[in-house]
Amino acid sequence: MELVAIFVTAILINNFVLRYFLGICPFLGVSKKIDSAISMGLAVTFVMTITAAVSWVINHWILIPLKLDYLQIVSFILVIASLVQLVEMFIRKISPPLYEALGIYLPLITTNCAIFFLALMASLRDYSFLESVIFGVGSGLGFTLAIVLMAAIREQLDLADVPEALKGAGIALIVAGIMALAFLGFSGMIK
Amino acid sequence: MSTKSIGQEFTKGLWDENPVFRQLLGLCPTLAVTNAVINGLAMGMATSFVLIFSSLVVSSIKKFIPSQVRIASYVVIIATFVTVADRFLAAFFPPISKSLGPYVPLIVVNCIILGRQEAFSSKNTVGRSLIDALGMSSGFVLAMLILSAIREILGMGTFLGYQVMGQWFEPWIIMILPPGAFITLGILLALALQIERKTKSRK
Repeated sequence: MELVAIFVTAILINNFVLRYFLGICPFLGVSKKIDSAISMGLAVTFVMTITAAVSWVINHWILIPLKLDYLQIVSFILVIASLVQLVEMFIRKISPPLYEALGIYLPLITTNCAIFFLALMASLRDYSFLESVIFGVGSGLGFTLAIVLMAAIREQLDLADVPEALKGAGIALIVAGIMALAFLGFSGMIK
Repeated sequence: MSTKSIGQEFTKGLWDENPVFRQLLGLCPTLAVTNAVINGLAMGMATSFVLIFSSLVVSSIKKFIPSQVRIASYVVIIATFVTVADRFLAAFFPPISKSLGPYVPLIVVNCIILGRQEAFSSKNTVGRSLIDALGMSSGFVLAMLILSAIREILGMGTFLGYQVMGQWFEPWIIMILPPGAFITLGILLALALQIERKTKSRK
């Protein structure tokens, strides 16, 4: 039950984009087309799941036993950077079509603050290994949901008559604000 | 190498290349911690500290960093200063540290800082990099201040905790919640673009 709560909370209630403002750069940059939004979302979900698992191992097997937890920031960021690199090489070997589909989005994930936040949050909340992984999957799916919805709205927005100054980031942020408002409605779901 | 005068090097960060309003960098912290002026200010200061010292270090050791591993080296340098800032806030300002929460460590992935190292400090002298970092920091603090002032005054009727709106004022709770951040920044961006267009057409 606990795991279901973590999963649902991560997707709907504490949505990384709309609640914690994480991953705003890809959220605004890659949300012009639904196809690329889906690829980006899946790439993030994939890396998040692996990061959640690896950072848990590093935190609980190396940093905490050696009382080095003040090195969390440095070690997590290095882990994420090398992990993204590894995942990229791995996918290229195992599944070239998937690699093609993800394209440029994969390396961009390194600088995505959502991944780093995920590792920190899982350690801050003292999640067990399983809980961390579920949290990673849920957060990734939450990001995917937000970016795909955003892309769908923006495809429609192209046809609308938006004031010159609001074009681009301005209107996108206001749309995101209205989406965040809608997502606030979920906050009563789980106590 | 940049050829601007020292004064221009500083002021470009305030408006022409303002990190938030013009370059759209570092939006995550900008949106997340601007629900109260004190948080926005603390975040602005912490980011400035990291940016200034990282720029100093990167520009002084730029000759020794092999270009293949430069991004990784910058990240380690930045992460070191972020750890310092994080520990400092936790030791001397526990309430602020608590309300900023995990957003202080997140300064590591703030694209303003990495962006300045890559675009400026790695190519310019120590002095110029310092001026550039000071200008960008002021621009960032300014943006944080504007955004958090609007949100705190409309959302709670206070500024830095002091009541500024009269008894008649009904706080717009939405402004201190996430949607308020998105909408306020969206309108500010449009405003900045409009001002820029007006001044351009006059020239």
